[in-house]
Amino acid sequence: MFAELFSTFYQFADVFAFLILSAAGLAIVFGMMGVINMAHGEFIMCGAYVTVGLVHAGVPLPLAQACATIAAGLIGVVVEVLIVRKLYKRPLDTLLATWGLSLIVTQGLLILLGSSIPGIGTPEGSFTVGPYTFSTYRLVLFACAIGVLAAIYVIFMRTRFGVMARATMQNAAMAQALGVKVGGVYAASFGLGAALAGLCGALYAPTMTLIPTMGATFVVESFVTVVVGGANVLLGTAPAGVLLATVRMLLNANYGQIIGQIGMLVAVILIIRVLPEGISGLLVRRGR
Amino acid sequence: MTREAVLEVCGLWANYGATPILQGVDMAVGKGEIVGIIGRNGVGKTTTMRCLIGLLRTARGEIRFLGEDITRVAADGRARLGIGYIPQGRDVFPRMTVAENLTVGTLIGGPKGRKLSDLVYTYFPRLAERRDQMAGTMSGGEQQQLAIGRALIGNPALMLLDEPSEGVQPSIVQMICDALKSIRDELGTTIVFVEQNLDTILAIAERCYVMDKGRITASLGSGEVDAHRVREHLLI
Repeated sequence: MFAELFSTFYQFADVFAFLILSAAGLAIVFGMMGVINMAHGEFIMCGAYVTVGLVHAGVPLPLAQACATIAAGLIGVVVEVLIVRKLYKRPLDTLLATWGLSLIVTQGLLILLGSSIPGIGTPEGSFTVGPYTFSTYRLVLFACAIGVLAAIYVIFMRTRFGVMARATMQNAAMAQALGVKVGGVYAASFGLGAALAGLCGALYAPTMTLIPTMGATFVVESFVTVVVGGANVLLGTAPAGVLLATVRMLLNANYGQIIGQIGMLVAVILIIRVLPEGISGLLVRRGR
Repeated sequence: MTREAVLEVCGLWANYGATPILQGVDMAVGKGEIVGIIGRNGVGKTTTMRCLIGLLRTARGEIRFLGEDITRVAADGRARLGIGYIPQGRDVFPRMTVAENLTVGTLIGGPKGRKLSDLVYTYFPRLAERRDQMAGTMSGGEQQQLAIGRALIGNPALMLLDEPSEGVQPSIVQMICDALKSIRDELGTTIVFVEQNLDTILAIAERCYVMDKGRITASLGSGEVDAHRVREHLLI
């Protein structure tokens, strides 16, 4: 009995981690700045490539993952300053510009590094519960997803930067009139979003084939999680992750992966029909 | 002017799109003064305030703060130089607590600003009671106190208030006027405010500018701000 329960939890944790890790960065950039970052998948890919590159160069995996996260974050700041900043309050133009960036990066990488680079293999280690065997690394991913949510909470609710960022999100002009360097807040938020995307790529790099378009694997999940969650990262993304992971896990277990994927997307459509502003839209309205 | 000038505005022009709203505003405010700007709807009072804090671009003219030309300084820079802004409609951050709203204000004064929170709670004890309440759920009068507190906590040399009495019940308006006077008396803060409510003007303004069609059309010196004269100018 315990083995079955654990197995169910494990499958839920696996999907939940994937949804949260792939969506967190996108949610911050969308929620904070209203920017729909079409290059989100490429920041994920960047995290994965840097991780694998460093591991091939002899750097231990966790350190390589940390470096990849930071690298993606720094690139994010550069992209914000060079591209996104010029297009504030023009959501469609930002969408187009980041999509263009995404195409340039994937095609550029294809030319530079070829269609794929050798992977590094999933860290070994497994444990058994009852008759089942589980991969330890999948649980590490789940722990990381929880850690990311906790970190987002602490950064936005418990730090001075968080107060500035939320003030900027609610009323950028007023925040600026109180001395907040709004541009800096935006650059930092975009950088944070990119870093979280990089972290996602870094964490999943050992489990995947590395191709320039690998970001696309994550993009559908990240977008639906953000759409279901709504504009508020703290109130929306986590509950959306729980909801979608539950739907998908139940369908996966009973009907297989394909039905799981389809069922999750159907659930997304239904949720958006009922809650156009996502889960956080509902919670914020209640809170008023 | 005998007193040290805090704010000097010279030939200020500003546009919304292609429409010129301000057409050469001139004014000068000395340290520790409480100066009112009156005028009917749509004569450019709020536009003047937005230009002074830097949320609206100045098309022509010059703004000097404590002797320094700040015409090209962005709003956040002006705030850090010591200008506190309390906008029309108050613009508190609705989904943040009272305490968090005040924290945003401390960015201006840095470490010194943080020490002023006790002072803010002394002037506005209501805010201390509501410290953990979401600002968006408070009444107009409470939000006004919060908006003033949020500017005050940064210890500004100059506070700009845009219609502080709007949507606030009369007893609270009186209380806010008393608080503004105390702030000036005790901290030496210079106060410039825009108002349509005659009673508020008469209660605290020592001098008064009358605005019409994007210009200052009259200036009432100390001793001249009385109901009769103000009414006369508003009826022109």
